[in-house]
Amino acid sequence: MTLALALLIGVLFTIALYLMMRRNLVKVLIGLIILSNAINLFIFTLGRLVRGRPPLIPAGETALQPPYADPLPQALILTAIVISFGVTAFAIALMRQAYQVLGTSDLNELRDTDIQPRYHPDYHHAESEEEGH
Amino acid sequence: MRGRSEILATAARYLMPLLIVFSIFLLLRGHNEIGGGFVGGLVASVAIVLYMLAEGVQAARDLLKIEPRLLIAIGLLVALSSAMLAWMVNQPFMTGLWWKHPLPVVGKVGTPLVFDLGVYLTVMGTTLMILFTLAED
Amino acid sequence: MLVIILSGFIFAALIPWLYRRFGPRSGWLFALLPLSWLVYLAGQAPFILGQGQVIEERISWMPSLGVELAFRLDGLGMLFALLITGIGALVIIYGGGYLDGHPYQGRFFVLITLFMVAMLGVVLSDHLFLLFIFWELTSITSFLLIGFEHQRYGARAAAWQALLVTAGGGLALLAGLVLLSQVAGSGLISVINQNGAVVRNSPLYPMVLLLILIGAFTKSAQFPFHFWLPNAMAAPTPVSAYLHSATMVKAGVFLLARLTPVLAETPLWQMLVSGVGFLTLLTGALLALGQRDLKRLLAYTTVGALGTMTFLLGLSDALAVKAAVLYILAHGLYKGALFLVAGAVDHSTGTRDIERLGNLASTVPQVALAALLAGISMAGLPPALGFLAKELFFESLMESTWPLYLSLGGAILAGAINFVVAALVAFKPFWGRAQDVPHPPHPVSVEFWLGPLILSGLGLVVGVIPALTIPLIQGAAQSVLQFPLKVKLALWHGMTPVLGLSLLTMGLGGLGWAIYRSLWQGGRIWQKLAPVGPAHLYEVGLTGLRRFAAWQTRVLQNGYLRFYVMTIVLTTVLLTGFTLLSRLSWLGVGGWGSIRFYEVVVVALMIMAAVVIPRLRSRLATIATMGMIGYGLVLIYLIYSAPDLAMVQFAIETLTVILFVLAVYRLPKFTLLTPSPTRFLDLLVAIAGGMLMTALVLVVTARPMVPHISDYFAQNSLTLANGRNVVNVILVDFRGLDTLGEITVLALAGIGVYALVRLTLGRLMVHFEGLEEEEEVEHERAL
Repeated sequence: MTLALALLIGVLFTIALYLMMRRNLVKVLIGLIILSNAINLFIFTLGRLVRGRPPLIPAGETALQPPYADPLPQALILTAIVISFGVTAFAIALMRQAYQVLGTSDLNELRDTDIQPRYHPDYHHAESEEEGH
Repeated sequence: MRGRSEILATAARYLMPLLIVFSIFLLLRGHNEIGGGFVGGLVASVAIVLYMLAEGVQAARDLLKIEPRLLIAIGLLVALSSAMLAWMVNQPFMTGLWWKHPLPVVGKVGTPLVFDLGVYLTVMGTTLMILFTLAED
Repeated sequence: MLVIILSGFIFAALIPWLYRRFGPRSGWLFALLPLSWLVYLAGQAPFILGQGQVIEERISWMPSLGVELAFRLDGLGMLFALLITGIGALVIIYGGGYLDGHPYQGRFFVLITLFMVAMLGVVLSDHLFLLFIFWELTSITSFLLIGFEHQRYGARAAAWQALLVTAGGGLALLAGLVLLSQVAGSGLISVINQNGAVVRNSPLYPMVLLLILIGAFTKSAQFPFHFWLPNAMAAPTPVSAYLHSATMVKAGVFLLARLTPVLAETPLWQMLVSGVGFLTLLTGALLALGQRDLKRLLAYTTVGALGTMTFLLGLSDALAVKAAVLYILAHGLYKGALFLVAGAVDHSTGTRDIERLGNLASTVPQVALAALLAGISMAGLPPALGFLAKELFFESLMESTWPLYLSLGGAILAGAINFVVAALVAFKPFWGRAQDVPHPPHPVSVEFWLGPLILSGLGLVVGVIPALTIPLIQGAAQSVLQFPLKVKLALWHGMTPVLGLSLLTMGLGGLGWAIYRSLWQGGRIWQKLAPVGPAHLYEVGLTGLRRFAAWQTRVLQNGYLRFYVMTIVLTTVLLTGFTLLSRLSWLGVGGWGSIRFYEVVVVALMIMAAVVIPRLRSRLATIATMGMIGYGLVLIYLIYSAPDLAMVQFAIETLTVILFVLAVYRLPKFTLLTPSPTRFLDLLVAIAGGMLMTALVLVVTARPMVPHISDYFAQNSLTLANGRNVVNVILVDFRGLDTLGEITVLALAGIGVYALVRLTLGRLMVHFEGLEEEEEVEHERAL
């Protein structure tokens, strides 16, 4: 099973990295989400796979008896999942605002810091001038 | 939200209280069984968000009765003060303090449980603040 | 001593308030602080100098790093501390007059006080790192003071130059001090000084020495780093007098003296230190030729004097050390005075050009007197202290192993040039023929002449009665060499060869004074040589560095996210891949465990979903497909004993889908932006990254698990933390502090979303609406 998961991790990383190299902001965002899933799975697999032995101490015992699934990576991943949700939400909000203010989602057009925002008075001037020519 | 789905609304009406109770259950049992503040907070958020999808943001806000950002503040405050309680008895920051007598259902009660309550509230507040904000805009 | 340092810092913080209250004349008030230290130090002097005792203070500061707040007042520290506090008090008083009406006068008082504290810290520290901290603080205050007139380009450039040279040397010094403390096994200077032999026999010794010397040489403007000092004359004159003549530039010399017991007496030390010192001595003297600016003249002779001190410390026998210590004192007194005189002349006439100055003695008689007394000392004429110092210098040259004609020739040449410069700076402006000056000279207030007169007067008094200064010189030389010695000083030794050398120097100097105009014409050759000088090299290096920085920013920070991702992926793949391949022999794969049918189905579905995603054009289909990956993960977590993770993943996946649905109609449609060859290249890079991760998983899981802290959690979860769910116990108890941080981060992300959506857009719109309204109003007015 480790082999299968290793392949899955590889595919997820490939797709995530590929998407993060796109120019479209939304694709980059999707890449980011897949990447965080891939990393969580990566850490989880490195903590070794154990079937059916969750790190819960059974009633009547005072400690976990091996073999048990490693609780530490699980604790790490648990918070990572929640935080990456926060990051995703932030990225979505940022992207939406950027799109609404700047009118583009092409990263290559977002390189400059001097893009005219849509609400800037000059924004329409520039457009109308172009039309005029 | 365009249009109101009667099926969703009905489902939400019945599911919502169930999910909330379930989330509290998860929070309280989290120390000994599957669950905890993170999951509990998320499940509670899902419950409210389900209601929001069915009835609209304003209805969800009315149901919640408290601003999500206030939930965040209370959550962080609860978590922090549970950690600082140890100072009262001259122990290092975050030392777990336990009440000797176990309660029915919950089991033993101590500051880690209070801390988990803080996590629950913060997670719930954050998730709801994000989703309300994006839904309203 | 900690009290001195702390009171200084606190006082510096109070100065802005005091200055606002008492105005420009508050210099007198601010001088009380160094004066009180001076009194304290003088009170300790009999104890330190007479009995050869030391005062030590140690307070634990960073015990884990072995750094202590260790202070130590010995003879050498006493000499420097007296100079620092004494001249400091006079310079602060002087600054009250010199910068009267200057908009930044308050800032001057703050900075100069801070510098004074830092410099005291340097000479009183008994710990290498403590010394280094104060050392760097002097560099920074020097930077701020050189750039005091920050509206002028020249001042800013000079400040940068001084900072880059001295702080660059400071980095080398830090490396050297770290090495030294490693080799010696202690950071305490007094301890290290007892174990000199260990250090000198260590294979690291040449490295330690070289690094520390770079630090000392840059600070003390030794060749080839001398060029920053004349440029630092952009600072206000009291600063030049104090930092760039009397105290800070001597920090390098001080360090050499301080570490003499550890580092000296090896051939390498003698060659490097006295060699560089000798070169600097000549450089400073020769470069002074042709200078017409009073301050630059003094600056170049300061370089020469610093070279002399370094040269003497390089010889490091008892006589040379005595000469060096005496030279430090004499130079501090006369050069400090002359700089202050130059400032007074500048203030009175509006120029510092020696060709335009003359006949000022009647206008500013007290300044003229101070100049004369200091000039006698600088020229090395009896009966001033400068004469004694020069005699001792010649004497130690006679006994050194250097070839006599070389060392004596250089010393006599430098002495003669010093003589000429002294005459030009201290004599010509006051008694020379009257010249044209920018504005008619006016008399100056008491602040201007008090300092120089005291300093130059002291130089003369202790020259006439050398017994006054013998304990100081003796104490300082003893703490450099760490064995008792006797110092004898007298104006008249009888008819000795040294006297002959002195007379020869004076004769040559007198001759040089007579023909100084032609000498100064000859000095123009330096301008022609400038393109090959170290200052030019510095400029070229700096320009190159700037170009390189601009180039690499253009190339690496080009604003294309795609390029950043590629760089990161390729670097990681290359570095990690290389490590993996180079250890192929002991790496293996295997131990994959069994696989069940439903697991194959889950993984296969997830892989298919992932592969499909980049091809999808519909946003909703993308969200659904991503859901497959997310819920697939839920199953994997569930199968492999992580029920908590499965639940969290499930809830988060649901919320993410809702999040997307809420936001998706505001998101732009997918468009194909990149041409296909580029996409193919991207895919190759991405595959390389993915394959690396697969390989890592296989390689790591094939090895046995290293036991770690998880066992502790598993054993103690119930007994210590009353919880059976170990994951939850880790989160809320064992690693609760981390969780506290994490929920704070989460809360910040939520607040960030709120702020982005609710505040940014609103403010932007308000802002632009306001703008439009203004425009409209203007438009209406125009109509």
